[in-house]
Amino acid sequence: MSSMTSAPTEASVHRPHDERRLPWYHLIFTGLTGLLVAIAGLAIVDALSIASAIVVGFLLHLLFGWVYSLVREGPRWAMDRLVTLLVIGAFAVAMFPLLSLLWEVIRRGLTRVLAAKPSVLSFWTSDMSGIIGGADAGGVLHATVGTLLITLWASIISIPIGLFTAIFLVEYADQGWKKTLGTGVTFLVDVMTGIPSIVAGLFGLAVFITLMPDASVRMGIMGAVALSLLMIPTVVRNSEEMLRLVPMDLREASYALGVPKWLTIVKVVLRTAIAGLTTGITLAIARVIGETAPLLLTVGMVTSMNWNMFDGRMATLPTFINQQYRAGSANCMSDSVTNPITHEVYACSISTNIDRAWAAAFTLIVIVMVLNIVARLISHYFSPKLSR
Amino acid sequence: MAAPQPINVEDLDIFYGDFLAVEGVNVQIRPRSVTALIGPSGCGKSTFLRTLNRMHEVIPGAYAKGKVEINGEDIYDSKVDPVNVRRRVGMVFQKANPFPTMSIRDNVLAGVKLNNRRMSRSAGDELMEKALRGANLWNEVKDRLDKPGMGLSGGQQQRLCIARTIAVQPEVVLMDEPCSALDPISTLAIEDLIHELKQEYTIVIVTHNMQQASRVSDRTGFFNIAGTGKPGHLIEIDDTDTIFTNPTNKQTEDYISGRFG
Repeated sequence: MSSMTSAPTEASVHRPHDERRLPWYHLIFTGLTGLLVAIAGLAIVDALSIASAIVVGFLLHLLFGWVYSLVREGPRWAMDRLVTLLVIGAFAVAMFPLLSLLWEVIRRGLTRVLAAKPSVLSFWTSDMSGIIGGADAGGVLHATVGTLLITLWASIISIPIGLFTAIFLVEYADQGWKKTLGTGVTFLVDVMTGIPSIVAGLFGLAVFITLMPDASVRMGIMGAVALSLLMIPTVVRNSEEMLRLVPMDLREASYALGVPKWLTIVKVVLRTAIAGLTTGITLAIARVIGETAPLLLTVGMVTSMNWNMFDGRMATLPTFINQQYRAGSANCMSDSVTNPITHEVYACSISTNIDRAWAAAFTLIVIVMVLNIVARLISHYFSPKLSR
Repeated sequence: MAAPQPINVEDLDIFYGDFLAVEGVNVQIRPRSVTALIGPSGCGKSTFLRTLNRMHEVIPGAYAKGKVEINGEDIYDSKVDPVNVRRRVGMVFQKANPFPTMSIRDNVLAGVKLNNRRMSRSAGDELMEKALRGANLWNEVKDRLDKPGMGLSGGQQQRLCIARTIAVQPEVVLMDEPCSALDPISTLAIEDLIHELKQEYTIVIVTHNMQQASRVSDRTGFFNIAGTGKPGHLIEIDDTDTIFTNPTNKQTEDYISGRFG
């Protein structure tokens, strides 16, 4: 240890520096010591639980590991051990909520999906028409279609506007009045990023009530407009950053070949940035696909399928989750529930509403994941290739 | 093709916004020859080079006053589209910049493809082979034309960029320190190429390397700047031999003999 702290002598310089490095399994020793001391200490103060043991054990492991390494390996490696453990700890803290959330949603979601009759797919192929009380049936076909349609229309509105705004900001707003306009647009986009989603919903509602003077108007397209208000700033911001990453060299190379500016933008700038643009747009879609408040205001909720974006209320997954969860436990007075429309008879299940909420949440996560995978594939196949 | 005419530059002032970067350039650049521009950093030689195909306008706020005649036509005339100027005056940059999304083949044909011009596969192959042979790159890449252009070595990438430039069949090729990022062997390859290219093209090359200027050019121009914030001037231009052995101007002599810069 002293040879490490003092100025390097001939000997310390030439000594193989990993000679004193201890094998990794010494970590198990310090880790177990930390955990055991934590359990013992917590038991004494009567605060023992799995969570507290892990947290205190990890902190003690930091301390023990550092002291142990300081004594056996020297201060430089001790610091290395300490920081390595801190980084791993931070990673675990970041991953834990994500993994436990996924686990909870899959576990609880699958309960309803697997219980659906007649087949496992029934939850996704049936809607909620005539499903009342604690009926052990029903599904999210109508809400899934509603979510997909509304998000699709929101994307159709937002992606061109957002992308063109980003192109203006990066490629055209460089001097004079365009620069002033660009600064203004950037400011407004920043402000828009902070709009609470409920305000976007109210705006969408107000626009359509003004356009067609009828306070009770509810349409899918109203939700799409409200969502696009939330989506546009994200698309602008993400695309702008991606377009700025395209090196000026490539634009100049294109100009020097006598290619006009608009073709340079289309065929060089957008083409080079397409991987990043896809990711940015996917993130924007993922941001709005789970929005509840604006859809509750503008689109409302129904129990059956509505394919028409321009007429009547639509069901969406987030509002469906909200509605089912608020319905809470069913009140099973008798063992069976009859569908008033089809006169089918279902068993009564107390937990059916809550199970449906979780299964809908699971469906929503699956949709977002599929979207992400598609975006990944697109960026994989279109990203610049550097390999030989 | 008609007999090539010199490039005439008259009273050219170049600005970045309010800042006068280069002042009062008067020069005649001979066709089918190599003209080298030398001078200390920041003296405006690259800026001047970029005004010869209106590339400096890409920088916000940059503009030029004066006259640049190529083939008897003033490229700064209000009726002239800079896009057409750049089709006639190609440019090779300091850093090799092949398009990262394109194969070697597409990079060479970028001038055609990016302009949405239709070209048959065979005509495209012919043009590509001619350009790659012209850039002394054909033998090295003929077996991997569909591989990405970014996979080539630095020197090969620079020759790919030269091939891309000559594939649009310009009259003039501008080179902005094309060898500054390359090793001596790649530099030699490019210098040999410049010798061959001057049979067909008028070449203007900016270089920091005075040996390179003396090796490749027929005429050499010396730019200098009086101090920071002052405009650059073309001090003198003459046959390369004269500039390096017997310059007229004291500043040129000081610079080439290494007394400053």
